[in-house]
Amino acid sequence: MSVAPPLLAVEGLTKSYGGIHAVRGVSFSLRAGEILALIGPNGAGKSTCFDMLNGQNKPDSGHVRLLGEETTGKKPREIWRLGVGRTFQITATFATMTVRENVQVALISHGKQLFNLWGSAPKFDRGEAGRLLELVGMGGYADRPCGELAYGDLKRLELAVALANEPKLLLMDEPTAGMAPRERVDLMRLTAQIAREKSIGVLFTEHDMDVVFEHADRIIVLNRGTLIAEGSPAEVRSNPQVQAVYLGEGLLYDAEHREGAST
Amino acid sequence: MRARTIFVGAAFALLAGGMAHSAMAQDIKIGEINSYSLLPAFTEPYRKGWQLAVEEINAAGGINGKKLVVVSKDDGGKPADAQTAANELVSSEGVAMLTGTFLSNIGLAVSDFANQKKVFFLAAEPLTDAVTWSKGNKYTFRLRPSNYMQAAMLVEAASKLPAKRWATIAPNYEYGQSAVAVFKKLMSEKRPDIQWVDEQWPPQGKIDAGPVVQAVAAANPEAILNVTFGADLVKLVREGNTRGLFKGREVVSFLTGEPEYLDPLKDETPEGWIVTGYPWYSIKTPEHDAFLKAYQAKYNDYPRLGSIVGYQTIKSAAAILAKAGSTDPEKLIAAAEGLSMPSPFGEITFRKIDHQSTLGAYVGKTALKDGKGVMVDSSYKKGADYLPSDAEVEKLRPKD
Amino acid sequence: MAFYVVQLLTGLASAASLFLVASGLSIIFGVTRIVNFAHGAFYMIGAYIAFTLSERFSGAFGFWGSIVAAALAVALIGVIVEMVLLRRIYHAPELFQLLATFGLTLMVEDLVVLIWGPDDLVGRRAPGFKGAIDFFGQNIPSYDLFLIVLGPVVLGILWLLFQRTRWGVLVRAATQDRDMVAALGVNQKWLFTSVFAVGVFLAALGGALQIPRDAVHHAMDLRIIVEVFVVVVIGGLGSIVGAFVAAVLVSELNAFGILIFPKISIILVFLVMAVVLIVRPWGLFGKPEAPARRTPGLTVNPWRPLTSNERLAALATLVIAATLPLFAGNYALTVGSEIAIFVIFAVSLHFLMSVGGLASFGHAAYFGLGAYGVAFLAKMAGLPMIVCLLLGPLLGCMGAAVFGFFAVQLSGVYFAMLTLAFAQIVWSIAFQWVSVTGGDNGILGVWPEKWAASPSHFYWLALGVAALVTIALRAMVFSPFGYALRATRDSLLRSEAIGINAKRIQWTAFVIAGTTAGIGGALFAYLKGSVFPDNLGISLSVDALVMVLLGGVETVSGAVIGAIVYKALNIWLVSQTDLSKLVLGGFIVLIVVVFPKGIVGMLEMLAQRRRKTSPPGSPLLAKPIESAE
Repeated sequence: MSVAPPLLAVEGLTKSYGGIHAVRGVSFSLRAGEILALIGPNGAGKSTCFDMLNGQNKPDSGHVRLLGEETTGKKPREIWRLGVGRTFQITATFATMTVRENVQVALISHGKQLFNLWGSAPKFDRGEAGRLLELVGMGGYADRPCGELAYGDLKRLELAVALANEPKLLLMDEPTAGMAPRERVDLMRLTAQIAREKSIGVLFTEHDMDVVFEHADRIIVLNRGTLIAEGSPAEVRSNPQVQAVYLGEGLLYDAEHREGAST
Repeated sequence: MRARTIFVGAAFALLAGGMAHSAMAQDIKIGEINSYSLLPAFTEPYRKGWQLAVEEINAAGGINGKKLVVVSKDDGGKPADAQTAANELVSSEGVAMLTGTFLSNIGLAVSDFANQKKVFFLAAEPLTDAVTWSKGNKYTFRLRPSNYMQAAMLVEAASKLPAKRWATIAPNYEYGQSAVAVFKKLMSEKRPDIQWVDEQWPPQGKIDAGPVVQAVAAANPEAILNVTFGADLVKLVREGNTRGLFKGREVVSFLTGEPEYLDPLKDETPEGWIVTGYPWYSIKTPEHDAFLKAYQAKYNDYPRLGSIVGYQTIKSAAAILAKAGSTDPEKLIAAAEGLSMPSPFGEITFRKIDHQSTLGAYVGKTALKDGKGVMVDSSYKKGADYLPSDAEVEKLRPKD
Repeated sequence: MAFYVVQLLTGLASAASLFLVASGLSIIFGVTRIVNFAHGAFYMIGAYIAFTLSERFSGAFGFWGSIVAAALAVALIGVIVEMVLLRRIYHAPELFQLLATFGLTLMVEDLVVLIWGPDDLVGRRAPGFKGAIDFFGQNIPSYDLFLIVLGPVVLGILWLLFQRTRWGVLVRAATQDRDMVAALGVNQKWLFTSVFAVGVFLAALGGALQIPRDAVHHAMDLRIIVEVFVVVVIGGLGSIVGAFVAAVLVSELNAFGILIFPKISIILVFLVMAVVLIVRPWGLFGKPEAPARRTPGLTVNPWRPLTSNERLAALATLVIAATLPLFAGNYALTVGSEIAIFVIFAVSLHFLMSVGGLASFGHAAYFGLGAYGVAFLAKMAGLPMIVCLLLGPLLGCMGAAVFGFFAVQLSGVYFAMLTLAFAQIVWSIAFQWVSVTGGDNGILGVWPEKWAASPSHFYWLALGVAALVTIALRAMVFSPFGYALRATRDSLLRSEAIGINAKRIQWTAFVIAGTTAGIGGALFAYLKGSVFPDNLGISLSVDALVMVLLGGVETVSGAVIGAIVYKALNIWLVSQTDLSKLVLGGFIVLIVVVFPKGIVGMLEMLAQRRRKTSPPGSPLLAKPIESAE
């Protein structure tokens, strides 16, 4: 009996900067439809780890496999082509374009029409763009200039953009950073709902423990570049090592990691 | 809103200008183009020269009784703009002929325009040989002695020098290149024994004089040919003086004796350079005296070479128009070919064979007098004596 | 051996003056992000004022006092310019300040002739530094030695200023991150003003110190400005040490280069810059620019295709333009053709600059290549006009494909400078390769065939091509490719994250823009009947930039209006007055102040305001303005 490969498999991921190990031997995996949170105190190596998954950063050693295919060291755009959508900690959108156009660009890219010089872009997949916007609750904002949006709406827009290539995996870097508590809950609830409906795997990093424990199926915890715990929210919550790390955070890690550029 | 009004005004004026045609049919109009904004130091005296000529001609009754009007345009130093100006003069001002230009490439651009549109063009100052030879055409005449003629005049003096090791310094563009090429060719014909030991090609207007002077000195020539002028010349002379480049070396230099280039050097003028130029203070001929007196009376200033060129350009144009008795370009050409006329430098003739005038230049040596540069031991070289044989000219010029 | 030492020292002396001016430019750019085109003008005014003062006040004290006083006086002028002009436009789109300083430069060039006369002025030699020092039989001017010492001294003073004073710390902080300084509650206004004053002071000092070796004249600014930009970029923007090293590098390479290749000076700095930028994209001592954060409140209205009414209006405008031959004379028609050609040129740059966010400072290269392409085909291959027009622009296309490949690896000012370097390299090839290009005497006799020879026919040809090109490029803005291009402009990070190969998109845009410019150049060759190196020179590149900025860089149709206004005004002024630069410069400065979003940008704003205030159902009012779109 053949077992389908996990959606995402990470093995022995390692990265160091000038002798400081930012990430050391991290391994984990993610199944389709699963929501996995990557947490850890400041400087734990979350962002470094995250960037190695999405292609922004190359590991020194270790492997990342997506649906069995090696993606280690590939460029972000190549990884996206394999079916990975992503959102940024600080939103990255096309500020001079409308909300709908932002989604349309992603659809154009997905449809491999980027070098189409003569078609009409405003008409390109207009329906699909509208549907995606409806999905994230931004249907009424389609014609608004992106630069006018409130921060929470930008986050939603990013989610719509990330869904444009019918991804199998969503990578979300601090999806609720900078949002009001109420918005956080809404956004994560929405994300979880979409993920389950479409059987998309979601990996997200997060500071807000309420968000993490409420929405994650599973949690992995990084500390000083190594994986110290993995398990269900309940398991992680009760892990003594995790508790120690989180209680001591302010005292220990801020001072130690001020020099290291790991987050 | 104010800016918008200006724009509308500009657009309107442009259209109106395009449509307006000359009102005074009894006037004879000459179109004149020069690099007034780019090269004011050379074109201001030139303008004064031609304005004086216009005044004299009209005071003497105009051209066959008609008043002479010169419509002058700036070309900003750009060939493309010169053509726009030429077009405006011909199409909307209805001028009888085009005159002027200083830079060689602009002279050629206007000459080509004249050839295409069948308009008579009298080039005033551009030096390139191409204007009358390799790119010469039926419609184009030139007043000032060409590069070749100036080189030949200098070679006559230079070949008598004992120096055998020569270096050259010239601006890196067509004028500098062809000046050096002609000088080398003519020199080597007369003096097969000389060696060319170094050549420096600073970019025009951007000479880094120190390293250039140093590099020439390192080649240890006995004599130097200089073609730089204007601000480049100033820098070259200053560095050369300080570094002793010219000490014990002969220098032969194009155009340096023209007041335009010599005067700015003031007390730093190097002595003993063999130069072509215009020693207005030591020319004692009746023709020149008359010009000098009139010029100084009108402007309270001394003339530069540009004044002579500007003055004679319009005088020549008037003579051609008077003889032709018409503004028809074909008749103007017929009138101009072989036409002789007086000039402040003596009689000149527009040659039939290549449309070059026989206006000459003065060759002499630079000297310092009362803290100013002057030309001494100068003598006038007639242009006719420094042109190649007719057979050679025939070969150089395309058949038209 | 002594010779090489002296040549080295001579190079160092040249480097010193270059460094003074370059350091000023670098500081100004670092803090205010202004590409100060007027830096050369300040250098020139410094020289003129120092000349006047030093002629009046004799003696050593008089001379040195004059130098310092001149620099201070010009710094004061700089302060006034900053407060009156630049302060108003810090929030204007990027590069708009370039337009303002360009206008100033034009004005200054005419003003100095009005004030000091047209003649070259030769100033006094410096007291105490008149002669030369013998070095093993070689002479070194003592003034050179003074400059050699001065360079590092100024570097040292600047270093102390930046390291040891609070002001310096702020300047360094602002160079790294402008927003941070604003957040710290520093009075940014005065920081900018003081930085501008210091930069201008250095430029003027550099100019004043030239009077013992150079002639003071009205084209000094152009002689230095481009070179100084190059030095700043080679060194790394905002880096004073970089400016110093780059100045030394360029000067020494020149001093020794001319020993082997006497003709190298004309191209050397640009070769060095191209190589440095390809190998080290941020210059020798520069750091990668932090991705530009968009100033809040500067969000542009999203572009939209024309509505059908607007299309009709545009068509009507075109039809009206096409009737010009019915009532205008030959001259007006030829001017009309020229304007149409510059519309092509401007929209091609607009495509790259506004749509792609890539401001090229060397766009004339592709215009000129198109012109040369036509000239080669017509004169050497003797092909018919229509074939030449079709194939000539391919030379522009090829040039853009080669240079664009390297250029799009960079962004921002570095991109601009690399395109400038390439353009200068192409220019000097055209200028130097006399046997093929005719050098600066150009290629003559490229006249149109009979069917296009009459001014009205050529006008229709030019107008038709301009209309087609404008429509095609506009269609591309709203094509999938256009969206992708705008996406790479707005956010590289996001573009890459949605699978867009930004470099390839930008490269394609570069080739499209280059080819289009080549089409303009091809027509231009036939309009003028000749091709000159001017056609790919810096001033033409700057003209294109000015047209786009004048029209409004954030609009879709600004380039068309900008080209028409600028070109028409330019031709008219050159025809009317020898002081065309003064008037044109003044006009540009006025536009910058009154219309900080460009002409079309301003009209759009007005239209929008009107749309918001007027009751629905009366959009007719706004129509004439929208037809400009």
